[in-house]
Amino acid sequence: MSVTGERLQPTIFELGRHGRGGGKIPHPPADALERIPADARRAVPAALPELNEADVVRHYVNLSQLNYAVDTGFYPLGSCTMKFNPKLNEWAARLPGFADLHPLAPDEVAQGTLQLLWELERALAEISGMRAVTLQPAAGAQGELTGILMIRAHHRARGEGARDEVLVPDSSHGTNPATASMAGYRTITIPSAADGGVDIDAFRAALGPRTAAVMITNPSTLGLFEARIGELLEAVHAAGALAYMDGANLNAILGHFKPGEAGFDVMHFNVHKTFSTPHGGGGPGAGPVGVGDTLLPYLPEPRVLRGDDGSFHLERTGERSTSIGRLRSFVGNTGVLIRAYAYIRAHGASGLREVSDDAVLAANYLKHRLSGTYDIPYDRACKHEFVASAATIKKQTGVRTLDIAKRLIDYGYHPPTIYFPLIVDEGMLIEPTETESVETLDAFADALIAIAAETTTTPELVTGAPHSAPVRRLDEATAARQPNLRWRPMSGAETPCPD
Amino acid sequence: MPYGPHTADDRERMLGALGLTSVDQLFEDIPVALRASRLDLPDPEPELELAARLTGLAARNRTDLASFLGAGVYRHWSPPAVDQLLLRGEWYTAYTPYQPEVSQGTLQSIYEYESLLAELVDLDVVSASHYDGATATAEAALMTCRATRRERVLISRGVHPHYRETTRTYFEGGLDLEEIPLVADGEAAGTTDLAALERMLAEPGRPVAGVIAAQPDFCGLLEPMPEIGRLAHAAGALFVAVVEPVSLAVLAPPGAYGADIAAGEGQPLGIAPQYGGPYLGILAATDALVRQIPGRLVGLTSDLDGKRAFVMTMRAREQDIRRDKAASNICTNQALLALAAAIYLATVGPHGLRDVAALGAARAAELEAALAAVGVDRLHRGPYLNEFVIRVPAARAVHRRLLDAGVLAGLVLADAEPDDPSLAEGLLVCATEVTTSDEIARFARAIGAILGAPVAEVAR
Amino acid sequence: MVPTDLRYTNDHEWVRVVGDEATIGITAYAADQLGDIVFVDLPDVGRSVEQSAAFGVVESVKAVSDLFAPVSGEVTETNPDLGRNPELVNSDPYGAGWMVRVRLGDAAQLDALLDPDAYDALIAAG
Repeated sequence: MSVTGERLQPTIFELGRHGRGGGKIPHPPADALERIPADARRAVPAALPELNEADVVRHYVNLSQLNYAVDTGFYPLGSCTMKFNPKLNEWAARLPGFADLHPLAPDEVAQGTLQLLWELERALAEISGMRAVTLQPAAGAQGELTGILMIRAHHRARGEGARDEVLVPDSSHGTNPATASMAGYRTITIPSAADGGVDIDAFRAALGPRTAAVMITNPSTLGLFEARIGELLEAVHAAGALAYMDGANLNAILGHFKPGEAGFDVMHFNVHKTFSTPHGGGGPGAGPVGVGDTLLPYLPEPRVLRGDDGSFHLERTGERSTSIGRLRSFVGNTGVLIRAYAYIRAHGASGLREVSDDAVLAANYLKHRLSGTYDIPYDRACKHEFVASAATIKKQTGVRTLDIAKRLIDYGYHPPTIYFPLIVDEGMLIEPTETESVETLDAFADALIAIAAETTTTPELVTGAPHSAPVRRLDEATAARQPNLRWRPMSGAETPCPD
Repeated sequence: MPYGPHTADDRERMLGALGLTSVDQLFEDIPVALRASRLDLPDPEPELELAARLTGLAARNRTDLASFLGAGVYRHWSPPAVDQLLLRGEWYTAYTPYQPEVSQGTLQSIYEYESLLAELVDLDVVSASHYDGATATAEAALMTCRATRRERVLISRGVHPHYRETTRTYFEGGLDLEEIPLVADGEAAGTTDLAALERMLAEPGRPVAGVIAAQPDFCGLLEPMPEIGRLAHAAGALFVAVVEPVSLAVLAPPGAYGADIAAGEGQPLGIAPQYGGPYLGILAATDALVRQIPGRLVGLTSDLDGKRAFVMTMRAREQDIRRDKAASNICTNQALLALAAAIYLATVGPHGLRDVAALGAARAAELEAALAAVGVDRLHRGPYLNEFVIRVPAARAVHRRLLDAGVLAGLVLADAEPDDPSLAEGLLVCATEVTTSDEIARFARAIGAILGAPVAEVAR
Repeated sequence: MVPTDLRYTNDHEWVRVVGDEATIGITAYAADQLGDIVFVDLPDVGRSVEQSAAFGVVESVKAVSDLFAPVSGEVTETNPDLGRNPELVNSDPYGAGWMVRVRLGDAAQLDALLDPDAYDALIAAG
């Protein structure tokens, strides 16, 4: 990332001036609000800033320059799948026929979107080997909640509501236990085996009549395929429990492994990972969920259905009494789903399989380039991501993974995922994805190797990094101890507006 | 593969470095018995063909109707500056700002969004956003239980049915959600029944954590929010106001009438309807409740050199750190939509926002008069801002015939609220600043013509 | 070497007993592991805590940890300074960074705790 030209900006409040702006909205009649009772009216106007359009545009263009983005450079972020976001998808989602459609419009005026959603469900079901898909959840974490709530409904319907435990490996993403808690379950964490995989024996020992579900990520959060997944799934079902797959790492196995075929009962997709929908600085995403026969009756409502005449419609509220209900308003994040649909159709079966082939090849290549300089705790063929560690570097020089990550910023890269999964000491989880060229991969490896050398020759350069970003390391302790979460006019005690 | 850079040479080079001859060797750890069956998907579509097909699909939706449909999602005009700024790759292809040094754009924009919404709702803290109005409401309900350590929440039937259903899903098992009935007749018909609320709050041995009501309510009516808040607080419960952000330019905000928490849908702030999302869940609270707020919060701080900077803060509340003890599993916020809302507010400004709200009110009054002139009256009598219910015999059939005449006459309430017989003949209609007098005239003419002739109920 | 007048738990809490009043906090080792402390969530006065059970939470910028009671008893006081100055836990964990005072129910419970040497050995091994 170029470091000249990005200038810190005043806040939008500091840029406003009384009397600026206007020219956007016609004036209403003077008596427009007379019929609203005075006690319901706003007495004190909201102190929103007044700006002319030029200042608004400059503010947001200049702020955007302070951001790193996929469109500016490489994100080797393990578990995030920061692949290129195709521009066709932005165009498609903005087609007025899609963008202007009201979610409560009658089915007959929404046939285009309903058809697209129905086809997307079928495509995701095919990719995952599942029987049916709901597109309703607004994000992967909400998809997880949907899956766990369906599992709970299943057990209750069978009179087994006493099952109150969910098992997760210690390498799991934090959303897994958080989701289990939201659904009223106790999380039992199972330590991983020495080779990084799920410890089948430990799982077997923990499985029992109180187990409602296990939540597994496959490939694991270490980027390793669970070769004994078949055994695990058998054990889970033998105990009367169901198996949930966290689909965050689907980019590794498209066309190679279908979770539904292998025996998973339910999984979620992260379309903002595997299917290229943009991260948007933290959202929006979408978290469709696929199910097998067992959980089919419990899918959220409304489902998208196809009639005998080939037309499409939404299920009526209450039509399917076994449904767990709704997880959010309306049918789902359709705007995001349109992008995922376009991505899948652009690739087709052969393209999707190639995505995984290239993602896995790139990860193994990068791991090969870094081995010898960084510790590679699990030194066998990985899938789309791998874990490297600076544990030895820390022991020898005191420099930590956090410092190395921050120093990468000076080399023009976004840091990889650090300190996740929790089970690796001084870990870096690196996922190149399939859309980075070999040149980029080599340059990134060279940078990491150069930084490793710096830890012995000029460690302060690393521990004091970044030096060239718009801001340096932040005082996060004060930010948490004395939170300032809302702009107030300056009282004189605060850090002043940048020049 | 359409977007990947690797040529055959590139792949050969990488495989060579690994001492391999085929990428299949990297998948040998998948047991043969578990390998996937063939992926049965349509062939890859080059962009030119895909674009043509998508255009065709979009064209199968009808968006040329004179629409009076609101019910939680509203047609507003968004200045083109909003979307043009949103199309910058630095905004929409950026990751979550976990590395604040290279994410100051996103972080400052979220802090500004939080601050702008705080002004609008007149509460101390606004979160970096939730998925939508429904989940924000559900999370607000859960907050009241955590904060008071009580297990019972009362939610008015005046709150959007999707929001009530979503809250019910989040409450399943362990917590108690009850609906407060609406007044059946008279001037206050269609608003929260205060006497019933008082009785529910007084039930011995069943303390209430929170009371939730919407302003305006689902039928567009103005609710007695200060009174509802007083009753809630007298019983030791927290008060949650579900609000519509454009209306807050002209209606009293939650902070003014004692709400502890505000939830709502930010879609009206420059975000297109998009058939369901992505939208913007607004969640705000008083300072006292800040630690109970789920999801992300962005705060102001400084860097090593003393420069002002922004950072996600109080992160230990979130799922990646708290794990099974997190208040919520939420791992995202609607960052790009929060940005859109902030740009919209900055572009239209406070006067523009007020004009949007006032114009909607004016057009709605025009609509009411035009419909009354052809014999179609409101179902309720209380004041409304820009949305109301009209009473139409055989509402569903009439709605269908109006559709044929090019008018989307709002929402058939018999479908949305099947359990409320008083709404069986109701159509929920709204007007905004984009509703034209022509459209209003077309609606009135069409419905007048239809009701002039006998109508048969259409079988479902 | 940790203070010699205290007793310790395996989870890095310390307790100082004077008569039947037990003062509880976390050790310097624990505070170091957590990093900059930003918030301490303590029980209300009057609540009972139980030996080895969680009675509160300590949050740092990047981590969170339950607090486990070294002894059982009724909470008589919580440190009023930790609300505005949680960093006291980092700067003076055994003094101004104390967390709660508890009326000790059963002095015999102290026998289950680690003496200073045993705790030193624990953190040396860890």
